[in-house]
Amino acid sequence: MSINVRIPTILRPYTQDQSQVTAEGATLTEVLDSLEASYPGIKARVVDDNGALRRFVNIYVAEEDVRFAEGLDTATPDGTQISIIPAVAGGSL
Amino acid sequence: MTLTAEPTTTLREGAFGRATELVCRECGTTRPLGPFYACHECFGPLEIGYDFGTVTREQIEAGPSNIWRYKALLPVPDDIESSPNLEPGFTRLLDARNLAAELGLRQLWVKDDSTNPTNSFKDRVVACALSAARELGSKVFACPSTGNLANAVAAAGARAGIPTVVFIPSNLEQPKQVNSAVFTEKLVAVDGNYDDVNKLASEIAGEEEGWAFVNVNVRPFYAEGSKTLGYEIAEQLGWRLPDQIVIPVASGSQLTKVHKAFGELIKLGLVEDKPYKIFGAQAEGCNPVATAYKAGVDAIRPVKPDTIAKSLAIGNPADGIYVLDIARQTGGAVEEVSDDQIRDAIVLLARTEGIFTETAGGTTVAVLKKLVETGVLDPELETVVINTGHGLKTLDAVSGSVGPYATIAPTYDAFSAAEIA
Repeated sequence: MSINVRIPTILRPYTQDQSQVTAEGATLTEVLDSLEASYPGIKARVVDDNGALRRFVNIYVAEEDVRFAEGLDTATPDGTQISIIPAVAGGSL
Repeated sequence: MTLTAEPTTTLREGAFGRATELVCRECGTTRPLGPFYACHECFGPLEIGYDFGTVTREQIEAGPSNIWRYKALLPVPDDIESSPNLEPGFTRLLDARNLAAELGLRQLWVKDDSTNPTNSFKDRVVACALSAARELGSKVFACPSTGNLANAVAAAGARAGIPTVVFIPSNLEQPKQVNSAVFTEKLVAVDGNYDDVNKLASEIAGEEEGWAFVNVNVRPFYAEGSKTLGYEIAEQLGWRLPDQIVIPVASGSQLTKVHKAFGELIKLGLVEDKPYKIFGAQAEGCNPVATAYKAGVDAIRPVKPDTIAKSLAIGNPADGIYVLDIARQTGGAVEEVSDDQIRDAIVLLARTEGIFTETAGGTTVAVLKKLVETGVLDPELETVVINTGHGLKTLDAVSGSVGPYATIAPTYDAFSAAEIA
């Protein structure tokens, strides 16, 4: 089970500046745990102390915002592309 | 641990005027001024911090008739007027007596931002983003957009002589594509909706050196441009604040910045400190902030937008929680209206005041009407409503509701028979 994860600039110091890394897991939670094992400290940047997705972080699994799917329980089939993106971007008025 | 590289460009002295640093609105962490938009600690939005010193009314009044009269309050250099830009702002504040009478208000003003160079308030924010892009040595000026922002970025880049790349959803109506494409060679149509385009822009901003995405990596500078709406309203009212103001809400940035502007004017002693209520306007088809307001909760649940008010169609508004705070603190509210109410309000504003507004302005006027009718807004208090853009941008919205009263033969008999007189 190999998952591709796109890393935003803010988190690249954890990934030795890699913009794309691979991880394992059948759900987003498992993928985040796998990332944490490889890149210690990264998970706490994305998930708060209560284990919830941080308010200003968006995660997309296969281009779908996980807040519209099952959140951290969203399934991550083999080969899935995941993107972590700061939520502050974009918008108009 | 330093989490991101500091900018490699050497900034000139005074590149950002009296701005001193970037401050996280959530956790207060600071970092030097640069192309950063999210806090490296908590991902929260970064805002510009200033050391204003003394700013006087006289100093502002001696400035040009555009937003640069407020340059001392913006993250721009003192010589900003000398670099080519669209010179937006200082738009009219109209005494809307007919609309006031129609709605039963004692005193109503329309801040009409449809008269900006590309016909929306976006020229204000883009002018500030352009200055930041220039000072940071950016090679490309870019944005994801469905309309107004694309127009403003493409035009401002053309005038400044900086290459632009504008990303739009590929299903965008042709007139809107032309409105931007006329100013830029690189209009890029993306197969997806606005949220998809926005996500792509964030990813590109993270990969490509020297790209300034106005509402992504130079967003803190960009967003400050909306403060000028607040400054102008206060100055045009004779250096005082209105009692009530109704502002459209998409990401919530404009409402938040108008509130910030009023606060700065009070702190600087440029206006008298007095209470004012801020009301937010949304469409039913994209109402995450209004829903949270009415439910009395702090968390905003994202929605998938479906409304004719496309420029307000942001399902996951970044500044939504701050809009809730401001509406509650000031005694305002966040209200929503249907697409039909938006269409009716566009026609109402056009026929009472001669102002043709786009769907976002229709939303704002419709919410104003609803707030009066439901007794939430006090009709005796002085009220301002913001019109953010021109109706020619969203002709489709009302093309089915207005049209010829009669089609007649070119004879006086036909004219008489049609009972037009």
